[in-house]
Parts: sequence; C-alpha cells; structure tokens
Amino acid sequence: MSSVRRPPSMIGDALAQVGACGLFLLQVLAAVPKSLRHFRETVRQIWFTGAMSLVIIMTCGLFVGMVLGLQLYYVLSIFGGTAALGTVVSLSLYRELGPVVTALLFAGRAGTSITAEIGLMRATDQLAAMEMMAVDPLAYVAAPRFLAGIVAMPLLACVFNALGIFGAHLVGVSWLGLDNGTFWSNMTSSVDVWKDVVNGVWKSVAFGAVVSLIAVYQGYTTPPTSEGVAYATTRTVVFSSIVVLALDFVMTAFLM
Amino acid sequence: MTDPDSKTPPADGALVQVRDLRTVLGGKTIFDRLDLDIPRGKITAIMGPSGTGKTTLLRHITGQLKPDAGSIRVDGQDVPTLARGALFDLRERIGFLFQNSALLTDFSVFENVAFPLRQHLKLPESIVRNIVLTKLQAVGLRGAADLMPSELSGGMARRVALARAIVRDPMLILYDEPFVGLDPIALNQVLKLIRTLNDTLGITSILVAHEFAAVARAADLVHLIAGGKLVASGTPDQLSHGESAWTKQFFGGEADGPVPFQYPARDYAADLGFAAASAGAP
Repeated sequence: MSSVRRPPSMIGDALAQVGACGLFLLQVLAAVPKSLRHFRETVRQIWFTGAMSLVIIMTCGLFVGMVLGLQLYYVLSIFGGTAALGTVVSLSLYRELGPVVTALLFAGRAGTSITAEIGLMRATDQLAAMEMMAVDPLAYVAAPRFLAGIVAMPLLACVFNALGIFGAHLVGVSWLGLDNGTFWSNMTSSVDVWKDVVNGVWKSVAFGAVVSLIAVYQGYTTPPTSEGVAYATTRTVVFSSIVVLALDFVMTAFLM
Repeated sequence: MTDPDSKTPPADGALVQVRDLRTVLGGKTIFDRLDLDIPRGKITAIMGPSGTGKTTLLRHITGQLKPDAGSIRVDGQDVPTLARGALFDLRERIGFLFQNSALLTDFSVFENVAFPLRQHLKLPESIVRNIVLTKLQAVGLRGAADLMPSELSGGMARRVALARAIVRDPMLILYDEPFVGLDPIALNQVLKLIRTLNDTLGITSILVAHEFAAVARAADLVHLIAGGKLVASGTPDQLSHGESAWTKQFFGGEADGPVPFQYPARDYAADLGFAAASAGAP
C-alpha cells in the first residue's frame, strides 16, 4: 500500500506524475463546457499566448528558413539538384520543423508564463478565493489557457512556416541566384495539402494541447513557495520539450 | 476539565453545527471529537493557540478540506457529503475573508468586487455598478475603485476583500485573521466594519483571531479551542475571568501551562546525546 502511495524510484515518480497529469486532463476537459461561459477569458488567453508570441515565432521562423536555404542549397548543389530547394525546404518545414520548433518556442515563451501566473495565483490564494466565490478555477483559469494553446499553436506554426519559406526564398533566390519560378513551381507541384500541410497542422494541434496541459498542470499543482514556482516553470520547459519530441516521433510514424 | 463558563448555545439557533469532528493532518491530530455551534446572527470568535487548527476549521466549514470523521452542518446541509455542485451553491451564500486578502491581481478594485456578481448573475452593467459602489462605500473605498490591488496598502486590500465577500449579501461570513499586520487605525476600521456589517445586514460571522482586545470589542461569543477540543466558550467578559487552566493561560498570556512552551519532542538529554547510553542500558 505504502509503495503505491510513495513510488520508490524516479521512474515510479515520473509515472505517478503522468497519471496525475492524465487525471488533471480529464478534469480540465470536463470543465471545458463551463469555461465557454467565460469565452472572453479564452479569447484573452489566445491573444496573450498566441499574438504575444508572434515576434519570437516570426524571427525564429525567418532565421530557420534562411539557414535551411543556405545549408540545403550547398548540399543540393553537390548533386546538381538546387532546383529542388523550394520542395525540400517547404516539406521539412511543413512536416517537421514548423510544428516542432514552434512547440518548443511556445513552451519557452507562453508555457513558462502560464505556469508562473497560475503558480503565483495558487501561492497568493487567488485560486482558493475563486473556489470560495463558487467560481471553478478549472473552468475560469485552467480550461481557457488549455484551449488557447490548442488554438494558438497551429496558427503560430503556420506563421512560422510562412516566414521560414520566405527566409529560404530570400537566401536561395535573392542571394544565391536560384530561378524564382523554379523555386515556387517545384514546391507547389510536390507539396500535398493533405499529406504534408494538414498532417503538420494536426501535429501542432496535439503539441498545443500537450504543452498547454503541462504548463497549466505544473502551475496548478505547484507548492505555494517561490522555490516551488521556480521549479514548476523549469519543469514546464523540460517536460514539454521531451514530450513534444517523443510525441513527434509517434505521430510521424502513424501519419506517414 | 469542565469549565463553568463552557455553555454551548442552543442547537436550534445554530447556523453551523460541528459534531464529533476528527481531523488528522500529516500524522498530527488537529481535531479530536470536536463539538461546536455557531449561533445565527452573532459574531462568534474562534480563538486558540497557534497551530490548533482554527484556519483548518474554517476550511472544513467551507468544504475546502474534508475531515476524517464527524459532521459539519451549515444551514442544515452536511458539508463533507455535499457534491461539488451543491457545495458551490452553498458557497454562493458564504463570504470568506482571506488572511492575505487574495484579491485577483489582474483586476482593478472595482472588478474584484464585481467578480462574484459577473460570474453568477447576468445583471445590467448599471446595476452591477450600483451594487459595487454601494459596497465600496460601505468599506470607505469608493474613491479607490479604479486602483489596482498592487497600489493598495494592507488595510485597504483587506477592506476591498471585505467588500467582495459581502457583495452578494451572504448569510455567513468567515474572517481568517482579519487583524494581522494592520496598524491600529486600520485595525479599528476593520473591527468597526465587522461589527456594523453583522448588525446592519444580520450576517452570521465567524472570526478567527489572536488579538483578544480586538475580539472582545467585536465578538458576542468566544470559543476557545485547544488540544483538538472546545475547552471553553462564553462571552469575552466571561472568558477573560474564566477560572480554568486553559482560559487562565490563554487570556493571561502565560508562556507555559496546559499549552506547553515546548513543541512535542524526544527526550531532551537523549537528543543531546548525554543519556543515550544509559537510556539504552536497563
């Protein structure tokens, strides 16, 4: 009995965390219908986690695209296949880099602030005060942030992809002299909307759910001390990164 | 341990009835078969040494924490057995003043007080405004409606929290240490408010506090809890002249007595390592 209550190892501890997080997900999902009454709060959170992350997402997207353009141009030129630059860049962005890098950036930019905000609300009794005013914090605080992550992540990933392709175009066409028509026509003829673009969007939706769930859960269950909040924000980034990369592999295997 | 002044009030007039309450937290027994009544329409103070579970009792009454055994009836409903929905319905009729005020830091004073109204009732903005401003006027902070919680002093924050707690005209209001950290002026303001609100709105109030001088001026009835039990209760005047060891120590403020100065510990000499050998050998 005691071994169930107190997992003896780090693995047991991690499994207990996953289980608790899963139960928390069920609670949040159950609170979603009620949270639609606070729809303005969800919109505010989409603005806060999504729109406020645009600058970092756009900057990183641009540079990732430029680096991709540069590296791939060099590799492709060895085989004399620089005409495929547009295709290769857009496929790697749509299928992998867009969703994954956006999710990692989102965890660092929005996930940490969600965790710290909820953790401080816990530490200053604001969550308890809501409970005492008969307002369910799961519906008012947790669910809107969770939904906002699901909505914001795919949109941010699309922006990231667009800026990435623009960056690759900048390097490949404007700088290295690849033909503009070749760049675009090869891309449009070989990128499939459903298999490449939509599958990438599905990944983003899943990553949005996972990252915002971890962020909200860490904030919600943080010990009400300054050290507790500090650890919780760290854990948000660490766990989100691990889970996003692992889930990426699983989803890629199934969506291929 | 029968105290001459420990008379429980008639049960029929009680808004809150605690019976046979047992709570163990982290291996420590907080309440050991506690019986307690809170009469309607009065201010009842819960006093007792630190760590005796006064705040825990408030959390039991509001259903934030379930006891290990026993019943807590609030207005006839047994709180520990209530489902979440019913518990939230009950909480809509209870106001709670947190020790640290617990204002929502993202909202202005006005929005903090309006929060319970906006969440539960669909009222026209003009009515919300009138209700909120009336409550803020009652606590003397109508002029501070547009300030943010970070701009308030401790006493002001507590008065805003008080306005928020009464904004829906509750039947019961719980004050958790409302006087801590207040200067004498702010303390008197809060004290006067607690008394006035109780008299004018007919609210039942439960007041957890340490400051006997302040409590004596506000409370109709004082319950003294120690060692997990109700050890004395009566009017502040009766208790301050109580003859039991508990009341003498607590209201006389003596350092040692039934409430020991020392936190329970292992044998002192053994802890220091002196008597370890002799304790081990018979």
